[in-house]
Amino acid sequence: MKRLLKINLIAAASALVLLTQSGCNKSAGDASATSNTIKVGEFASLNGSEASFGRSSHNGTLLAVEQVNAAGGVLGKQIELITEDDQSKDGESATAVKKLISRDKVVAILGEVASGRSLEAAPICQEYKIPQISPSSTNPKVTQMGDYIFRVCWEDKFQGGVVMAKFALNSLKAKRVALLTDVGSPYSAGLASYFKEGFIAGGGEIVAEQKFTKDDKDFKAQLTAIKSANPDAIAIPAYYGQVTLIALQARELGITVPLFGGDGWEAPELIEGPGAAAALDGCAFSTHFSPEQDSPKAKQFVADYQKRFGATPDAMGALGYDSVLALVDSIKRANSTDGPKLRDAIATLKDLDGATGKTTLDANRNARKPAVIIEIKDGKFVYKETVNP
Amino acid sequence: MTEFLQQLINGLSVGSMYALIALGYTLVYGVLRFINFAHCDVFMVGAFVGFYAGLNVHQTSWGGGVLIMIAAMLVCAALGIVIERLAYRPLRDRSKLSVLITAIGVSLLLENAGQLVFGPNPQPFPEIFPSRTFEVGGLVISSKDIVVVIVTASLLAILQFIVLKTRIGTAMRAVSFNSQAASLMGINPNLIISVTFGVGSALAAAGGILWAYKFPKIDPLMGIAPGLTAFIAAVIGGIGNIPGAALGGLLIGIIETFVKGSRYSTWTDAISFLFLILILLFRPAGLLGKLQPEKV
Amino acid sequence: MFTRPRTWFLVTLAASAVLGYFQNQIDPYFADVLTRIGINITLAVSLNLINGHTGQFSLGHAGFMAIGAYTAAALTMFVGPTIFPASPPQILLLLWFMAALFAGGVVAAAAGLLVGAPSLRLKGDYLAIVTLGFGQIIAVIFRNIEPLGGALGLNGIPAYTNLFWVFAAAALTIYVITAMVNSTYGRGFIATHDDEVAAEAMGINTTRCKIVAFVIGAFFAGIAGGLYGHFTLTINPKGFDFSRSIEIVVMVIAGGMGNTVGVILAAVLLTLLPEGLRQLSGVSPSLHWISESRPLLYSILLIGLMLLRPQGLFSFRRSARVKV
Repeated sequence: MKRLLKINLIAAASALVLLTQSGCNKSAGDASATSNTIKVGEFASLNGSEASFGRSSHNGTLLAVEQVNAAGGVLGKQIELITEDDQSKDGESATAVKKLISRDKVVAILGEVASGRSLEAAPICQEYKIPQISPSSTNPKVTQMGDYIFRVCWEDKFQGGVVMAKFALNSLKAKRVALLTDVGSPYSAGLASYFKEGFIAGGGEIVAEQKFTKDDKDFKAQLTAIKSANPDAIAIPAYYGQVTLIALQARELGITVPLFGGDGWEAPELIEGPGAAAALDGCAFSTHFSPEQDSPKAKQFVADYQKRFGATPDAMGALGYDSVLALVDSIKRANSTDGPKLRDAIATLKDLDGATGKTTLDANRNARKPAVIIEIKDGKFVYKETVNP
Repeated sequence: MTEFLQQLINGLSVGSMYALIALGYTLVYGVLRFINFAHCDVFMVGAFVGFYAGLNVHQTSWGGGVLIMIAAMLVCAALGIVIERLAYRPLRDRSKLSVLITAIGVSLLLENAGQLVFGPNPQPFPEIFPSRTFEVGGLVISSKDIVVVIVTASLLAILQFIVLKTRIGTAMRAVSFNSQAASLMGINPNLIISVTFGVGSALAAAGGILWAYKFPKIDPLMGIAPGLTAFIAAVIGGIGNIPGAALGGLLIGIIETFVKGSRYSTWTDAISFLFLILILLFRPAGLLGKLQPEKV
Repeated sequence: MFTRPRTWFLVTLAASAVLGYFQNQIDPYFADVLTRIGINITLAVSLNLINGHTGQFSLGHAGFMAIGAYTAAALTMFVGPTIFPASPPQILLLLWFMAALFAGGVVAAAAGLLVGAPSLRLKGDYLAIVTLGFGQIIAVIFRNIEPLGGALGLNGIPAYTNLFWVFAAAALTIYVITAMVNSTYGRGFIATHDDEVAAEAMGINTTRCKIVAFVIGAFFAGIAGGLYGHFTLTINPKGFDFSRSIEIVVMVIAGGMGNTVGVILAAVLLTLLPEGLRQLSGVSPSLHWISESRPLLYSILLIGLMLLRPQGLFSFRRSARVKV
């Protein structure tokens, strides 16, 4: 039996040694200076509950990297994109990002779509002085984590407090609104509270407030309570996975008022399935981009994306694309991939012409851009209007 | 008042589904004295079988829906029997803890295999029965709810009939009382246990189909939450007791619904569990259960 | 193996101090893995006391971890700054951290008492359900406490955890639990595990043993939680759910219930395993399926263990003291 113990101890020891071996290169962050590629790390939800977003943004990112490389790369080197899948799970992002930074020695991190997961990674990027660019995390807390954290989209104070509130008051002419929030997600909880602020400030009234958590499938209880309050519209600042079910059940209960929400709605799965498109007909949501947008860059992007992936891009794809453009532009201006220099260059990003329009980063490292409202009509996403900041 | 009644209807509807799932837990516990953690994942498999079967049935019809449900029940019955044979039977003589952990392992296996095979993203479930809503004096009742309640009640009645009035049911009860004595009487315990698993899994599949019918988005992890709640329901009603499972299911469904519709909706899970713990403290065998003294 | 536990303890303490001192020289990813190993060792050994030595079935261990994490974080983030001067000296911060960890352990132990009390009446499966329920309730409670972040979680926890604390805590846990179990008092745990009715008949207060096991197990889980919080810098109620409890249970099972050394090795192995798989899948794109199958392989391992080697991977006693 002593032998068995020895064998087991040796096994554990060798495992540790293996890890040590690969862990012992202590070369500092700028390994890219000696190699001939620039390594860029990406972490995304390629699987799991927000897979639609993760895959879209990954596609957009990939397309941009391929285009940049085809045009000669940046600073004379090709970009090597290293992607880690966090499977839409909490707790995975931190390890994934640590691995990208310390093992793969990336010069920047692109990610994530979901605010909760961006928040997980931010302290790590901040500590190791590796700039992080989120394509579409909209919770304000994300960029507050440190001056190495950026985003190329607007954040929820704007989306909730201005865009959604204005839309409800002006377009839907709804003065009495019910609010249904997913308390399990930072994105939803944040967006809900900003919407509430902006809506009430604009003269509206929240007549009912109900909550649910991510895994819930049955919303009839909350919807019944909402129905009793007789709202003009229902705000649902949640992710597409639940919105479909909520809409179906609301219609089943006889609730006919319009539903509206934010960029978490934007996925083709929203209107997939029996009755979904009908239940959501006439409903709308705010987001960053519409494939029907008028700028030449947007049209080119849509065409390229369609050619490469055989599908029409959505906001996540467009923002993933723009996050790469922002990074490349900043590397060029900094003329280096060194952490602090790169950070300073990203911070001064101005008028970057991308798929989602012109991006300029403000002092809080957020982007000031217009939002678009997309309506669901006859089973399709249709552009409705633009709301400027 | 309307809101109260509407919530009651909501509660009964969801409670029926919990009851259906709880029946499976209780059946297996009654015969084997062990909690089949993988039950909720068989539920999920049933829903997916329904999904794939539904791809081949092009119109929404009563006949088509029934066929889909039967197909799912058969497949899952087979799955349940296989799981028992491979994972639980070898551990029959081992400690309860080992089997429990194996059950957890099987549950994880089904969930993760499901994610690889079916893909982790939610799929839309087809509408397998025709549906419409009825308005009765301010209350809205969906035919979906009616279907759920009717199917659950029928299955419950059939199960009660089998267990109380047929020979195989008597054999099942005999094995649950004392498996050794039953084998002395000429009953083959292995066969009975397989049948129990088969029936329990078929019920899980039925639950899965109904659940997917009501909430038409299915994913490999869909069984975890309802499984846990149904399990609480089974224990509350008295685990091993069939009417208890039904009672427990309805009770939990109603409680859950009322809590969710109130200001305390975020405490729903805690309240369900708290209810369970209280019941266990004051009636350790559940509401309808009978205390089993531990024989040495 | 542990013939001189006190010596082992002091040696390990010294080694942790050395590790902690040189932490900055170590590759961060490697340090990350080591830290997680240390925390998992503490968690696994503390659960082993409840599940392995005393034979109770606790499925809610992550709940105790959560309590320790939130309590310690609350103390370092909110209470500390209010009672200390503007820029407190380093030593004060470290002492406060130690106090916060301890407090986290104590509050978790109180919760352990709360969970242990109903165990008076319940056996086996029912106890498992109740502990499961408690784990879920604790997660829901934290989800509803807004000042601690609520569902969004608590961010910005100061990064006090380093290799020294982690391995010192692990060493302490191992020492205390081993010493306890090997003492005369500790025989009560093992007797309760082997045959509760016989133990009662021999005059051992099995209820007291069970409760003590819960309380001490919870205490160390709370400390592990505090360390975890100050390591990940962000804690979220979802991170302490049933699947986290199961992870710890698997370590105890894989190590062999009641087998302290085995459980330690299992904790190390099971922390390294997913990372090893991650590295393997990164070797070439054709192996990408490995990282997707991580959880699947995990569950196969669990079933395989129970079917083929229920006494654990590292069991090296000829006489199985653990009745399987």
